Amino acid sequence: MNPSPHTLVHIHNVSKTFRRGSEEIHVLSGLELVVEDAEFLALMGPSGSGKSTLLNLIGGLDRPSAGTVQIGDDRVDQLSDRQLAAWRARHIGFVFQFYNLLPSLTAERNVELPLLLTGLNKAGRRQHVQAALDAVGLSNRSKHYPRTLSGGEQQRVGIARAIVTDPTVLLCDEPTGDLDRKAGDEILALLQTLNQEHGKTIVMVTHDPHASARASRTVYLDKGQLTDKPAE
Amino acid sequence: MKFLPLVWAGLKRKKLRTALTFLSIFVAFMLFAFLGAIKEALSGGVSMAGLDRLIVRHKVSLIQTLPESYKARIQTIPGVAAVCHQTWFGGIYQDPKNFFPNMPVEPELFLAMFPEFVVSDAEQQAWRSTRTGAIVGRVTADRFKWKIGDRIPLQSPIWGQPAGQAQWEFEIVGIYDGVKKGTDTSQFFFRYDYFEEARRQDKGQIGWCTVRIANPDQAAEIAAKIDAEFANSPYETKTEPEGAFAQGFAQQVGDIGAIVMAVVGAVFFTILLVAGNTMAQSVRERSGELGVLKAMGFPNGLVLVLVLLESCAIAMLGGFAGLGSAWLIIASGNPVPGLLPVFYLPVGSLVAGVLLAVALGIVAGVLPAWQAMRLNISEALRRVG
Repeated sequence: MNPSPHTLVHIHNVSKTFRRGSEEIHVLSGLELVVEDAEFLALMGPSGSGKSTLLNLIGGLDRPSAGTVQIGDDRVDQLSDRQLAAWRARHIGFVFQFYNLLPSLTAERNVELPLLLTGLNKAGRRQHVQAALDAVGLSNRSKHYPRTLSGGEQQRVGIARAIVTDPTVLLCDEPTGDLDRKAGDEILALLQTLNQEHGKTIVMVTHDPHASARASRTVYLDKGQLTDKPAE
Repeated sequence: MKFLPLVWAGLKRKKLRTALTFLSIFVAFMLFAFLGAIKEALSGGVSMAGLDRLIVRHKVSLIQTLPESYKARIQTIPGVAAVCHQTWFGGIYQDPKNFFPNMPVEPELFLAMFPEFVVSDAEQQAWRSTRTGAIVGRVTADRFKWKIGDRIPLQSPIWGQPAGQAQWEFEIVGIYDGVKKGTDTSQFFFRYDYFEEARRQDKGQIGWCTVRIANPDQAAEIAAKIDAEFANSPYETKTEPEGAFAQGFAQQVGDIGAIVMAVVGAVFFTILLVAGNTMAQSVRERSGELGVLKAMGFPNGLVLVLVLLESCAIAMLGGFAGLGSAWLIIASGNPVPGLLPVFYLPVGSLVAGVLLAVALGIVAGVLPAWQAMRLNISEALRRVG
């Protein structure tokens, strides 16, 4: 797939190699990926296929060994650590499999975290937090600590935290992997709403075909290469 | 300010561990403050000593006496502005445990020599007109609830009983205060003429002389002249600045400064390990959370500062609470007035304690903070799974 004027994420000829002792492990090799603006892309593949590595490259958590990673107008692979941190704060929202909420902060304080890096004052931050919690249907649980919330509710807080700064791309790493089917469906419906009604670009790593069915497109990663069909 | 809830959340994460670390630091700083007060009490005479005052004592030791006539001879030495003398009386009030220093002096010369003792004109007048009159410092007066007009009996194992009496008896004619904090107000002074007349041994002998010199820069020169004046006599002298004399007196107990430094050093080294271990454990346990913060865009420098702030917060909370509690306890009264004539927490020790608390926080937190800053985000997030 070639880039178009609507392309938001353009991964070009990307390779990623890790070194373990004297051994080199090639996780991705010459990978090409284009994600359009407002697309909901599911990324599937067996364990160890490099899904999370690819997600980390898109999210600026890691740099490719070769190739280019372009998000919007930014060449992410060329940014320094400091620039990457600032770029992530502006453009990326992460949703994790295990929610990764800070246990000693309430739901609203967790959601507020990314806003601490902005210039918003306390009232402004509170307004954004309220809007994000409203969007995930949890405004009535804002004062609750993570341990008093169900898994589904914790993931909703995680999503609220990811969208509170209105990022360019939402990166979800197996967002339903730790949830039962019902709670998982609710989370997927929420992501779908964010994509369809709010035009949010989402890249979601999943093992679950049921989850990938909610995406507008699914790609498969196997042996460091992307295909449109699962490996036989 | 907006990051403070995050720092507080880090401290709340393991409440028991935070509480135990807080307590360790609290106790360490209380000990620091108490040792500071004790050091000041034992060496306070050094800091309160007059720069323009010399002490002339027997060359062999302080307990050897000098002839009273030395006072007049010292007075004639160029550069000497005034001389007065004191003698260790060693009087006991009811029980040897009720110790306080007591000495016969010549009132006018003595009060002129020691302006740090504040006595009202009326009381000075009463002292001059009462042969058995004595003035006592506020600490000792409060300790025994003495008031003006009280008659105080003392026994002296050194000087025995006065002629014709079973014990020495003095009338309190004045209670003196110190002109500034730290002045020793535990002493009891009575008239030398009464003492001289009533004692039955060693008449004409005194303990030591205090000499005021006109120019403090000439202290060494004048001290040498005084000692030369009495060289090769049966009563050779040793003359030294009052500060050095007080230092020597305090060091009879030992080198207080070195003892305090050794104890404080050992305690703080241990506390540094405790606080450092707490922070290191905290960072290890939270590597996933720190990874999430960094994934959100928290820059490395901010993560370093957050961990350092957390370390400083616990050190400062524990430290300030320890210093504050010690200050309150010390301010509420001297637990051993007989042993320590002055007992207060010097401002210098308080400031040193505050700086030490901040330094402890920084030193204990710097390594964990560095590790948090260098944390690889992908690896940290993988550990959560």
